[in-house]
Amino acid sequence: MKQFLSFVKKEFYHIFRDRRTILILLVMPVIQIILFGFAITTEVKDTPIAVLNPVKDDASRQIVERLAASEYFTLVSEANRVEDIEKALQKGEIKLAVVFYPDNILHTGEAAVQIIVDATDPNQANIFANYATNIISQWAIENQWNNSQLKIVPQIKMLYNPQMKGAYNFVPGVMGLILMLICAMMTSVSIVREKEMGTMETLLVSPVKPIYIILAKITPYFVLSIVNLTTILLLSVFVLGVPVAGNLWLLILLSLIFILSTLSIGLFISNVVSTQVAAMLISGMALMMPTMLLSGIIYPIESMPEILQWLSCILPVRWYIAAVRALMIQGVDFIFVVKEFAILTGMALVLLGVSLKRFNVRLNN
Amino acid sequence: MEKVIKTEKLTKKFGDFTAVDAISFEVGTGEIFGFLGANGAGKTTVMRMLCGLSHPTSGIGTVAGFDIFHQSESVKKNIGYMSQKFSLYNDLKVWENLRLFGGIYGMKEIEIVEKTTKTLQELGFESERNTLVKSLPLGWKQKLAFSVSIFHEPKIVFLDEPTGGVDPVTRRQFWELIYAAATRGITIFVTTHYMDEAEYCNRVSIMVDGKIEALDTPRNLKNTFDAVSMDEVFQRLARKAKRSDNY
Repeated sequence: MKQFLSFVKKEFYHIFRDRRTILILLVMPVIQIILFGFAITTEVKDTPIAVLNPVKDDASRQIVERLAASEYFTLVSEANRVEDIEKALQKGEIKLAVVFYPDNILHTGEAAVQIIVDATDPNQANIFANYATNIISQWAIENQWNNSQLKIVPQIKMLYNPQMKGAYNFVPGVMGLILMLICAMMTSVSIVREKEMGTMETLLVSPVKPIYIILAKITPYFVLSIVNLTTILLLSVFVLGVPVAGNLWLLILLSLIFILSTLSIGLFISNVVSTQVAAMLISGMALMMPTMLLSGIIYPIESMPEILQWLSCILPVRWYIAAVRALMIQGVDFIFVVKEFAILTGMALVLLGVSLKRFNVRLNN
Repeated sequence: MEKVIKTEKLTKKFGDFTAVDAISFEVGTGEIFGFLGANGAGKTTVMRMLCGLSHPTSGIGTVAGFDIFHQSESVKKNIGYMSQKFSLYNDLKVWENLRLFGGIYGMKEIEIVEKTTKTLQELGFESERNTLVKSLPLGWKQKLAFSVSIFHEPKIVFLDEPTGGVDPVTRRQFWELIYAAATRGITIFVTTHYMDEAEYCNRVSIMVDGKIEALDTPRNLKNTFDAVSMDEVFQRLARKAKRSDNY
């Protein structure tokens, strides 16, 4: 036990004396969560728009006011000619334009409103168009225009994330990403460093059992992952305003299982490579990229080609993120995440078993 | 003299390749035993087997009275080891390195404290106690690494090319440390490429292609081979090697 403690202490010295490591471990998660939470967002906010309103009657004016007042849009110009609008779109000064055609709505009961959107980014364009349409139809409903006809107005309710905040989507993803990075990358690099430096051999010659060496290498990263988990949760609750809707303890338990599985991945990587650079590359390329692309952080898994969907199933992080979404955002009961728990636990045990076995095999050669 | 290392037909095969071919030798307590051989002759493999890092394919070996195959844990408690790569932690302070290895070998807290002071005094390193190892000159690091390897007073210490890249003056000082340790009864098992260092050993073995081709005191070896220096002895034996340098 004393041996083990002197080891763990040494491991903490390594971490705290290397400025880069400490930066990656403690500062990066904070920056990432803030970046993802605020900067990288798919929310529509203050999108610059222009209107071309030759009609200038009450109705069209009210609509323009609505558009300008909405938090989604900022009215940057009131154009006089269609060409102006085209130019502004080309220059990127505006993303969307609303054009009123000269029919007097209130008198004839007919009107044409055109919404022109910059569709360079099709998803964004769709969202802009929808918001603009909603604002206009909302006005129409409130002003009982068209009241002669029977109209079905769908009431859309946004569940779990009523304000449609991007952070709700990103927080679970970033949690998965950061824990993956710290556990897998940092663990593998720190073990391989000892191999590269030659200190691993000195340790193996010592009477300390190899399993203790490995456990001692893993322990600090386990502790730091928990620190990070706490930081992320605190930041998301108090800074990003994403509440933990479900059971906090369940979420923590889930995270611990996930941390265990990624630590095992790191251990496994450290078994198969012999240089720090290789360890970085493998955990960077072979782990981070699939994690970013396939685990549903950026693209929804459901809309991927089937083969990629299957591929994503072998990533522990996919199940983790899915379960965090369910627990944290939807606030479901344990029964709804049993599958994710079971799969993650299974993966963690298999990975741990395989890497420990490999470590022993390597020793005996 | 009591024997602390004994091997009988110790063999290690990697697939079809016989790295170590049925070698038998003995090393006595307090002896400085030079273990020579060209690169690829099998020195490191023998050393790894004796340290319990690698299992022999066949043959018997005992180190400090323990069987290297079945009692490697007990073997490890009684030996020290200094690898050819620098084996201390650069980002730990001098005393922290000593503290760590004392802890690893299960020394008591009070022992560690006393031994640290003593070791630093012997090395003349008292002022470097709180220095990070990475800022020490290479020669100092090597001396410190040796002191760490015998910090827990092992019966035997294995030194794998301990003086690689070190200047002649420091090498000389290094060998003074080795002599001091041997005088205290610690057996020294050392590999080296420097033939002047071979002359410092009590007995020398020369490995060629996995076999021990010669084993005697430097003086006897020189007489047998009618050579003026160990270098000449080594050259004659090593020339017979069929394995290339870095196969």
